[in-house]
Amino acid sequence: MHIQEKRPHFHFRPFNIGRWVIWGGFALMLAVAPLLWTSSFAQTMLSQVGIGIIACLAYNILLGQGGMLSFGHAVYSGMGSFLAIHALNMVSAGALPIPVSLIPLVGGLAGLFFAALLGYVTTKKSGTTFAMITLGIGVLVMNMSLMLPEFFGGEGGVTGNRMVGPKGGTLGITFGPQIQVYYLIAIYCFICTAAMFAVTRTPLGRMLNAVRDNPERVEFIGYSTQNVRYLAFIISGFFAGIAGGLGALNFEIVTAEVVGPARSAAYLLFVFLGGATFFFGPIIGAVLMVVALVLLSELTKAWLLYLGIVFLFMVMYAPGGIASLIMMNLRLAAFGKLKRVWTSYLALGGSGLVALAGVAAMIEMVYHRQLNAALGPELQFMGATLNSQGLDSWLGAVFVTGVGVAMFELSRRTFSREWGTIQEEIEKEIKRREAA
Amino acid sequence: MSTQATTARTASPGLAAAGASAATARSAAVAGSSSAYAVELKDVRKSFGKTEIIRGANLAVKPGERVAIIGPNGAGKSTLFNLISGRFGSTSGEILLHGERIDGLTPFQINRRGLSRSFQVSNLFVRLSVFENIRCAVLWSMGYKYSFWQFLAGLRDANDRAEEVLAMIKLDRRRDHLAMNLTYAEQRALEIGITIAGGSSVILLDEPTAGMSKSETKRFIQLILDVTQGKTLLTVEHDMGVVFGLADKIAVLVYGEVIAFDLPEAVRANPRVQEAYLGSVLADQQAAGH
Repeated sequence: MHIQEKRPHFHFRPFNIGRWVIWGGFALMLAVAPLLWTSSFAQTMLSQVGIGIIACLAYNILLGQGGMLSFGHAVYSGMGSFLAIHALNMVSAGALPIPVSLIPLVGGLAGLFFAALLGYVTTKKSGTTFAMITLGIGVLVMNMSLMLPEFFGGEGGVTGNRMVGPKGGTLGITFGPQIQVYYLIAIYCFICTAAMFAVTRTPLGRMLNAVRDNPERVEFIGYSTQNVRYLAFIISGFFAGIAGGLGALNFEIVTAEVVGPARSAAYLLFVFLGGATFFFGPIIGAVLMVVALVLLSELTKAWLLYLGIVFLFMVMYAPGGIASLIMMNLRLAAFGKLKRVWTSYLALGGSGLVALAGVAAMIEMVYHRQLNAALGPELQFMGATLNSQGLDSWLGAVFVTGVGVAMFELSRRTFSREWGTIQEEIEKEIKRREAA
Repeated sequence: MSTQATTARTASPGLAAAGASAATARSAAVAGSSSAYAVELKDVRKSFGKTEIIRGANLAVKPGERVAIIGPNGAGKSTLFNLISGRFGSTSGEILLHGERIDGLTPFQINRRGLSRSFQVSNLFVRLSVFENIRCAVLWSMGYKYSFWQFLAGLRDANDRAEEVLAMIKLDRRRDHLAMNLTYAEQRALEIGITIAGGSSVILLDEPTAGMSKSETKRFIQLILDVTQGKTLLTVEHDMGVVFGLADKIAVLVYGEVIAFDLPEAVRANPRVQEAYLGSVLADQQAAGH
């Protein structure tokens, strides 16, 4: 038997400097973020980002790592939320002697339990059947939440009070101020992110990737695809439950909405936008999710329409999400070619914004006519006054859109040529290096 | 931890030992069997609806034998492979692996008993690197199973075994490339690598050289001979050059029946085989200059 003489073996590098820099940077970012954005609104948003990161990463164990399209993952984060708020109330009543900081773990265990229970059924199938079963379970739990008000609290939900410790708190921590809750969320966020990353580096994590790529072949190398999917589902449910538990602590109220299909759809949408194919993609997705759900919804009534448009364009032009765009440009940077596309990016961005401004003006005028007609025909848009019933406003919006689209198309063609040339050069460079 | 895993982990950390560990684990199980045959088919039948594809196939392959299964298109060769490997369930009859019945088992249960197969169309983990493809194929046999508490990078025996297999199939220079970016011949080699990596004692290769050029085929036959040393090999093949270069014995399957199973020269001289299949194929291949 031929035995390899040279040994370009896999090097286990626990002290990989790059890894420490990335994880250190992540921890630092979590630590200093509330010091940079000090308003209570910003801290509330940051708290939600932390929770969103855990939830989206948990969802991506299924979607990105395992190729399982779930339409009902809010069931596990939501059940985590409900069990956590009930646990919190039991702590308040003195019936459960655990510190408030461990309440999210109750949510995690609830998520794990329900994922083990329901996942046993759902993971028996894959692909479209799996997606349909998860959708069915999501709707089932949503409807149950209205039928069992004793547990789900009916339309008003279940409320709790996180300030249940001794007066003055333990070591001064009462979880009254939002900043204290934020840091609890940040700690959970860091630990959960690290744990989920670690799972991707284990035999189960790698076999989950293999199941995603080619489930049939996995069966012929000794693995039961169902078992791989089931275990991944349970792990994902656990982390989703922790996110739900943190949500319960953060808001001190849990309503039926948390197990609903809209929440599940948000996980899917924003994980996809962030980029399911890279581990860090859902982190970007979580930030976008909070920005969209909290900020964008404040700015315009048409925010769901904008979100749909963005989603449409991402699916068409960047199905790997924002993470894949970043990685493609890092590749360019690694070969020293990023500076050649900067001008194209500026042109694309500028023309895209012009086109978007034109389209947005029309959308806002339509929404104004439909929803705010009683306030008169005029509306404010980006500092300008538009008349939703005036021809000149409409013509102006159409003109801006047309100019933007034309400029964008010209920029896109130039960029496309340049991009193709650069990719060819990179391929040649790779082959040259291989040959060398 | 299973006995297999213990055997694998306590072996010397050297390459040869790591490479042998998976095979040792599997062959330990084989050694315990009392059967004289590695693979045995007894009156195996398979029907799709009313159409019977395999009509009472009988075959007995001894451990270490290299058997080529030949036959005209539609004879049921690939179906037979699918039955043996558990991809399809048989309608009736018995399939035995080292004396143990495996008909009715799932593919992963059969694989764990020491049988591995390749596919006619490369069946890879296309978004994983070449190295990861092989390492995935190694993990179960090394006892790591569904572990999510051990880092892959720290599994020295599995990593060494994967590196060794990469060297055997001569893809070590392409270890970090995605499987989807390999050339056709490289993908076929990786297909073989995944099949043998787990150390199975019985290997099924479904048209391993299909679509390859003459020179590639020649190299590939040698590769197959190298990587399947000491193993029981069953291969489906159309190219008679490959069949005679690779096989100790030939089974001829015609309309779902094994009409001959003998040494190559005896099969070549068998008038029934000549009439049913071989005469026309050899004439065709001579005409094509093979």
